[in-house]
Amino acid sequence: MPTNLSARFCTFVLSLFLIAFALPAFAGPFEDAVAKFANDDYSDTEEAIGVVAGSGNKLAFPIISALQDGRLMADSDSKKVYITGADGKSIDAATGEPVASVPDSASAVRLNNRLRRSVDAAIGSLTLQSPDIGTRLQAAQSVFKSHEETALEAVDGALAKETNKSVKAALGDARAAILLFKPDATEVEKLEAVATLKARGDQEALALLTGMGDQPASVTKAAASAISSIQSSLAVWSTVQNAWYGLSLGSVLLLAAIGLAITFGVMGVINMAHGEMVMIGAYTTFVVQEVIRTRYPGLFDYSLLIAVPLAFVVAGAIGVLIERSIIRFLYGRPLETLLATWGLSLVLQQAVRTMFGPTNREVGNPSWMSGAFELGQITITYNRLWILVFTLAVFAILLAMLRYTALGLEMRAVTQNRRMAASMGIATSRVDALTFGLGSGIAGIAGVALSQIDNVSPNLGQSYIIDSFMVVVFGGVGNLWGTLVGAFTLGIANKFLEPVAGAVLGKIAILVLIILFIQKRPRGLFALKGRAVEA
Amino acid sequence: MNVMDTRATSALLYLDGVHVSFDGFHAINNLSLTLAPGEMRAIIGPNGAGKTTMMDIITGKTKPDEGTVLFDGVTDLTRLDETRIAELGIGRKFQKPTVFESQTVQDNLLLALNVDHSVRGTLFWRGSKAESERIDKVLETIRLTDARNRLAGSLSHGQKQWLEIGMLLAQDPKLLLVDEPVAGMTDVETHLTAELLKEINKTHTVMVVEHDMTFVRELGVKVTCLHEGTVLAEGTIDQVSSNDRVVEVYLGR
Amino acid sequence: MTPHMLTRSLDRGATIFLLVVAALGVLIPLSNLLLPAGSFLQVPTYLVALWGKYVCYAILALSIDLIWGYCGILSLGHGAFFALGGYAMGMYLMRQIGSRGVYGNPVLPDFMVFLNYSKLPWYWYGFDMFWFAALMVLFVPGLLAFCFGWLAFRSRVTGVYLSIITQAMTYALLLAFFRNDFGFGGNNGLTDFKDILGFNVQAEGTRAALFALSCLALILSFLICRSVVSSKLGKVLIAIRDAESRSRFLGYRVESYKLFVFTLSACMAGVAGALYVPQVGIINPSEFAPGNSIEAVIWVAVGGRGTLVGAALGAVVVNYAKTLFTSGMLAPYWLFMLGALFILVTLLLPKGIVGTFNAWWDQSKEKSVAAASASAAAEDGVTEPKMAE
Repeated sequence: MPTNLSARFCTFVLSLFLIAFALPAFAGPFEDAVAKFANDDYSDTEEAIGVVAGSGNKLAFPIISALQDGRLMADSDSKKVYITGADGKSIDAATGEPVASVPDSASAVRLNNRLRRSVDAAIGSLTLQSPDIGTRLQAAQSVFKSHEETALEAVDGALAKETNKSVKAALGDARAAILLFKPDATEVEKLEAVATLKARGDQEALALLTGMGDQPASVTKAAASAISSIQSSLAVWSTVQNAWYGLSLGSVLLLAAIGLAITFGVMGVINMAHGEMVMIGAYTTFVVQEVIRTRYPGLFDYSLLIAVPLAFVVAGAIGVLIERSIIRFLYGRPLETLLATWGLSLVLQQAVRTMFGPTNREVGNPSWMSGAFELGQITITYNRLWILVFTLAVFAILLAMLRYTALGLEMRAVTQNRRMAASMGIATSRVDALTFGLGSGIAGIAGVALSQIDNVSPNLGQSYIIDSFMVVVFGGVGNLWGTLVGAFTLGIANKFLEPVAGAVLGKIAILVLIILFIQKRPRGLFALKGRAVEA
Repeated sequence: MNVMDTRATSALLYLDGVHVSFDGFHAINNLSLTLAPGEMRAIIGPNGAGKTTMMDIITGKTKPDEGTVLFDGVTDLTRLDETRIAELGIGRKFQKPTVFESQTVQDNLLLALNVDHSVRGTLFWRGSKAESERIDKVLETIRLTDARNRLAGSLSHGQKQWLEIGMLLAQDPKLLLVDEPVAGMTDVETHLTAELLKEINKTHTVMVVEHDMTFVRELGVKVTCLHEGTVLAEGTIDQVSSNDRVVEVYLGR
Repeated sequence: MTPHMLTRSLDRGATIFLLVVAALGVLIPLSNLLLPAGSFLQVPTYLVALWGKYVCYAILALSIDLIWGYCGILSLGHGAFFALGGYAMGMYLMRQIGSRGVYGNPVLPDFMVFLNYSKLPWYWYGFDMFWFAALMVLFVPGLLAFCFGWLAFRSRVTGVYLSIITQAMTYALLLAFFRNDFGFGGNNGLTDFKDILGFNVQAEGTRAALFALSCLALILSFLICRSVVSSKLGKVLIAIRDAESRSRFLGYRVESYKLFVFTLSACMAGVAGALYVPQVGIINPSEFAPGNSIEAVIWVAVGGRGTLVGAALGAVVVNYAKTLFTSGMLAPYWLFMLGALFILVTLLLPKGIVGTFNAWWDQSKEKSVAAASASAAAEDGVTEPKMAE
């Protein structure tokens, strides 16, 4: 049982703590409280949690978190309490001195469900004052989730001092959550809480509102209207979210398929090693980052900017080599091209496996590509956003290149009428090699972007090849715009099917739909018509 | 035959108001044409006049956007596919000789014979005396008896043209569509081909597309001149070749 | 099969091939069972199983050659039909385990007990009966091929488009069979088989019998393929392969022919899979992997497409090489070799081993004939038609 003195002390420390954090600890009460953990009594433990959490002692957080993880060991005979670290080393919980070993008589301090909530709340409030914004935000969010009454004071205190806008909002939400569940909160407070949660308007707010139990009639009514408003806004947001995921997947598909739209769509060459060109681009990024890491660590943020042209050159050069050494002998024999390039894909995969090992390689995100921002109820990660932007840029550049450059003109001439182009003095074989190189180079660029969101392993390309072909075939061969529309249609359709059918079944459904679609329109969405097609 | 005959039922082939466009390009434009049973007609016209597209429409390869195509006065060809149209009795020789190159001359003719063309029929097929006699006869007509066991791919260009005509004979259709039968032939071969077609015309209705005016003249049949997908002139070769508009089209404006 | 079809289909190469397969099908099991273990001529049991596997692959190769070599349909999804046949057999073998499984459930296979199935899914009904499973081995791949082909051929999906959608088909099945709730054992597939028709699948006698049966199936498949390709239908198939559109204008319903031969081929692949499963003791979704199907295509290319004998030979040669190279020090280089095989065969040996041999044989025969009667050959070479009035 707590003595009067310690109870008062406890309040005193707590209030001090709330005004100015990290006050020097008072040795006596803190140590007394720590010793209480050894009593093996739930109410003593609860009291101890309160005191320790409010003590401002630097050991407070380690103690509470050890308690949470079952690493807080107490010896009921000596009243000594120890923290066992994850590494097996232990310290005395009261003093922080390392100890050689925890006595065998010590056992982990037990918790029940009620205590567990206190622990969660204590951890939340302990970190509410952290100097780090991220930690504070996290703490506020965890208090919001636990909505323990005991954290209310800590939250109020933190709210008074908080200057960061988003942490402040999170604290406000946490306060509302606590008040909503606090039995003795006033009706006004509760109505305000409902309004705050309604404004928050996410899944978690919805869960709190639906699970709040008995409330005064006015609150129940307000909550009901808040619930329906949140639900309808969530439905809209989930559509937006799916659309965003779809766009994001579509951009990945487009990126993987653009190169193929050139080699397959424009040249009619079935390059089954296309995925491996993507993989080579990803490994180029890896090598660039390795060099930067070891030699010029300061350039890391520019690693992708260096990797993009390099990947284009590497994959493009390999593409030209492949065209000159294999594919040019197989023009007009598409099925043989398919087999030969499949063999090539095996060779390239195995070559990369031999050079870089079979496991995933670490490719880092530069700072400008990591992190995310919130847009209403959805989270948009920077890497996905950049990939979408990058894909559209690549597409636009390619389109412009085909339309306005001499190579683009020659390319179109050769694909439309090879003999005529040759007689006009175009070196068709050079154009073939360059076109194939261009397609491969773009695949390499795609690899740079995909290295940011996918595992860089020798199998990277394999996972894209079927999808890429589906996109090109679906969009209509020989039509870049078709590829664009095809990629985004498939991406969005996939993401809208996923919540209904599940990820795998959604993918199967898409494959089946494409198969059926090809039956209906064998030449894709944007097919060329007329006699020339048959020739 | 009366060209002004408007009763569709009496014509073997009847095209009226046919339109086809590919991505905005009007390949066939309000084309109307009739072919009486037993007639032989030569179709001439500059490149891009729509001659081959017209054959594509008749044989079901291309579907017209609008218009009527009737066979035998009753069958709407626009609703049928190539196989069904071939079964009805319309045979076609392509502009570029298309024979089955990896099979023998004899097998090419065997495949063309108008016997049971179903999966089951061919799977359980056993050659009959009548069939081999017919093949022998066709081989003789197209002068390829000696080459019967050679692969069709090893024939000369002219021989392939003849083999393809032979396949038409074996198919024995009511209507033969012959696209540029003498392209790449020597003068002698051209003359022989004209004789052969005249012979065939004794028992079949024939439509010949040809550029070679000497050949058309030799056929001595009614000529239809197409231009930009529509009929420009119709009549004997002399009438047509003296037509101002035809001259204009051929010589350019 | 009527007698005239049989006699017509047996040329010299085909006869030699059949005799060799029949001899192996009899001698290998006999040697394995009758000769003392370790004797020089005795074929060890593991080799019987291994060669049994090759024979199954040879049947798969035949089925691919029938459609690719003769009808120009390059299926990159034939592994799917093979695997479906295998699963049908695997389901029978699973039901035969009965209560001997780890969980001892008399009806539910172990994986279903593990995944908390309360009762047998409806599509597992009947697989406790061999005749039903055997029927399904033909029916399931055949039905899939029929539906797929009906859609694809009718809308004239050809060439690489067809190849790519067949690949998508097997890929979709791969994803589906990986799922636990699909009811086919998910990732692990079906394994731990005990009996087939009351015989222990592990026993030497059963393995020898399965080998002999596989050889018999190869012989039958070969005969079926030969009689198809040497009939008039075979000529139509080649006509379709070489000039599809021309065949239509001659009045052949191309889609029906393709559908017939595609379905037949799928059934054969199913049989190959069904014989494969008891011999290797497992069937899992990886059999659906697109790579497997395309590898089977290269067996045919290596042996020589459009030759049938070559397809079977190619399957055995490539798989023998695979066994040889994937087990030793050379293992890391196997994929280089396989990849190079794809490239080199398509570039340098487009007719494959048997096709090249045949061409050489015909040429040397022609030469000897020419030497014997030069004048006759010269006459045959006359190309210009004579003028006749």
